[in-house]
Amino acid sequence: MQVSRILLCAALILIAAPGSLLAQNDKEALEALYWARQKEAMSRFTQADVDFMTGMIGHHAQALIMSRLAPTNDASASVQVLAARIINAQNDEIALMQSWLRDREQVVPQVLIEGLQLTIEGGGHHAHHMPGMLTQVQLEELAAARGQVFDRLFLTYMIQHHAGAVTMVEDLFAVDGAAQDEAAYKLASSIHVDQITEIARMQEMLDSLAQ
Amino acid sequence: MRNFYARIALLGALALSICALPALAQQMDDPRVGLGAGLFDAEEAIWNLSMLSTTVPPEAFVGVTNSDLAFKDHYAIQGNYNGVLIWDISDPAAPVLVKDYLCPASQSDVSVYEHLLFVSGEGFGGRLDCGTQGVDEQVSHDRLRGIRIFDISDIVNPEYVANVQTCRGSHTHSVLKDPDDDENVYVYVSGSAPVRPAEELPGCSGLSPDEDPESALFRIEVVKVPLADPAQAAIVSSPRIFEDLVAPPRHGPSPADIAAMEEARAAGKFVVTYAGQSIVLPDRYVEMIMGQWMAESGKEGEPTAADSTEFREALDGIFEAMVGAPDAEGEDDGPAPGPTQCHDITLYPEIGLAGGACEGYGLLLDISDPANPTRIDAVADSNFSYWHSATFSNDGSKILFTDEWGGGGGPKCRATDPMEWGANALFTLSEDGKMEFQSYFKLPAVQSSLENCVAHNGSLIPVPGRDLFIQSWYQGGISLMDWTDIKNPIEIAYHDRGPVNADQMSSGGSWSVYWYNGVIVSSEIARGLDIFQLEPSEYLSANEILASKTVKLDYLNAQGQPTYVWPVSFTLANAYLDQLERAAAFSAEGIARVRAGLHRAEAAEGDARSDILMRLAQMMSRSRDTEKASLLKETLEALAQQN
Repeated sequence: MQVSRILLCAALILIAAPGSLLAQNDKEALEALYWARQKEAMSRFTQADVDFMTGMIGHHAQALIMSRLAPTNDASASVQVLAARIINAQNDEIALMQSWLRDREQVVPQVLIEGLQLTIEGGGHHAHHMPGMLTQVQLEELAAARGQVFDRLFLTYMIQHHAGAVTMVEDLFAVDGAAQDEAAYKLASSIHVDQITEIARMQEMLDSLAQ
Repeated sequence: MRNFYARIALLGALALSICALPALAQQMDDPRVGLGAGLFDAEEAIWNLSMLSTTVPPEAFVGVTNSDLAFKDHYAIQGNYNGVLIWDISDPAAPVLVKDYLCPASQSDVSVYEHLLFVSGEGFGGRLDCGTQGVDEQVSHDRLRGIRIFDISDIVNPEYVANVQTCRGSHTHSVLKDPDDDENVYVYVSGSAPVRPAEELPGCSGLSPDEDPESALFRIEVVKVPLADPAQAAIVSSPRIFEDLVAPPRHGPSPADIAAMEEARAAGKFVVTYAGQSIVLPDRYVEMIMGQWMAESGKEGEPTAADSTEFREALDGIFEAMVGAPDAEGEDDGPAPGPTQCHDITLYPEIGLAGGACEGYGLLLDISDPANPTRIDAVADSNFSYWHSATFSNDGSKILFTDEWGGGGGPKCRATDPMEWGANALFTLSEDGKMEFQSYFKLPAVQSSLENCVAHNGSLIPVPGRDLFIQSWYQGGISLMDWTDIKNPIEIAYHDRGPVNADQMSSGGSWSVYWYNGVIVSSEIARGLDIFQLEPSEYLSANEILASKTVKLDYLNAQGQPTYVWPVSFTLANAYLDQLERAAAFSAEGIARVRAGLHRAEAAEGDARSDILMRLAQMMSRSRDTEKASLLKETLEALAQQN
């Protein structure tokens, strides 16, 4: 097999020339090994990982819809900052999850947002059955709210939405063989810890409104 | 109104929106912008540093993430998701790999103490037997999530002697030596992953503490390791350092906030300062309270300019009387959600303090009782997403926290990413243990969307009289921040490469970088081990660099901060003199006289040397900057006494 030949070749070269004294062709062999190993890592995944990525793309997309309302619906400054960061973070994570699926030759869901209408092309048709997802009625209620009413509703619904994402990660981690791949584990555990942190922050913001 | 937050909320409603997204302050003309991609042949940019070596990982480790570093004697110990690499760096231009120990676990963060090496395991694939096959079952007794302990008495042959399993695994850890206990060492375990099933590790519970007092959430684990018998290492306490933690998620003023506030002031707006925050009051609200104030002061008619000035001065007090004084911390808030774990806890045993970076908070901990750390202070910042790590200044009067926004896998240094997000936040630390926000610092060079980039690990560089912090920014490279002037931190050196992959984002860049005995060592996630040294520049003199090299450490851990102590030397005196010259603390002639005097003293002996040094010391009281000059004065006097 090609990979093991490269491994052997690299090993022999390393014995001959350690450290920074590596000649150019030795580095080329190690580089070939690097990419071979990256590619090999992409073969270690389960259907649960694929379903998680596919689902979470749709889940994140709804957070974008919610957050994009903040500037137009007279959200307070602090809610606007929060919403801007959610947009930034979840956009990037959607791109990461799409790459993860593409790298593993899986169907890559595309996100289409028109107003409050979310369409996921490819793989995401169960989007609305995921934990924490807002119903269309809830979304419309949020879109109709303004000012402090919007703030309260946004925080309440985003906590619900984030809590759903946390559940999705915990469900993934409960599946045999899931999240063994470094990229999947890192992505899922980052989502888990970031959203738990953000829930705590939003709960405090909500408590401060509740008077 | 019941509490502090309610008042802040009211203020929020009153205040104008001062929180617009910050301006894009990053430099587009920086040489780091647009570097060509490549794994081992990426384009590079370097400034005020030189690269001594870059060494690719060995065959069994290449293509697998390199993580954190620890140092012992002349060895650098590098974690890798496949195990541990031990490098002999006595010749930093040609590091020699003396051991590659295959034993997979993520993140494989490493620490040392005497003959022991500690390695963190958190991911699902870590095995007790160090096998490379992973663990597929969700519940398995083959899995290791926690701390591995190795005996490295013979460093080229580490012996795996023990492990301590924890409910959330170990993302990172900190090693604490109690000055009063020579028989044990303590390990604080930080684990951010979900709780393991009780079937895998008995007693683990992911319920909230209300439902289960034994919950593994909302606590850290303290492991006690007997040095003579590390196999007996065990958890001795699980301090709940987050109890009753409530701090407002406000943020320090960003440059954009300050600009907005200045603009408002210039436009004649009324600004109040309440609970440390400046708030612009809406005109209508000002009219109302000014009318009341006029009436109460017995003034009639339209307010005169003098009335207006008087009102402006009294405004903070009037406002506080109206909404109530801010609470120190809301006592009647009930249980707050708060963090459930820390990411990093940086221990500074010489000052008895630790900095905890714990989800949405930065904590200050008293660690004088190692097994029972207690919280002294907490800060939150609405610009901060995920508090990642802490570093104290050498004298303990400042602390910086980093925000690993996006977990390190995202490209957060693009032109569109605000300079306050994914940055460092710098705080002063008062003697009674209160942290006060001063400024943010973020890598000033724009990075591409192909490069994961956010604030990450680093260490102080022991340049006497200054606070310098060398820091990793993943694929943003490494950057040297001077935070001596804490309100105006600046970058004074850097190294950066182009992306690992030209086509899509591939994880890479500097995981962590530390100063260790004169060199700067960086663990490059994809490329291996990089070693640098400082080069003199207008920001840092050759003498200052030489003085930093007089500090010698026996070991260094990422989350353990040693006190740097500079032996008294002519090098140290020359370094302080260079700083006085840079600060124009003397005239050019004055500097030249002191410099010539120092040369004469160094060449002289006995009483002649002492006389010259004491005369120079007396000159220091004539400096324009007596505070800076006092450092040189003390050094000159010590040199004279040494003689």
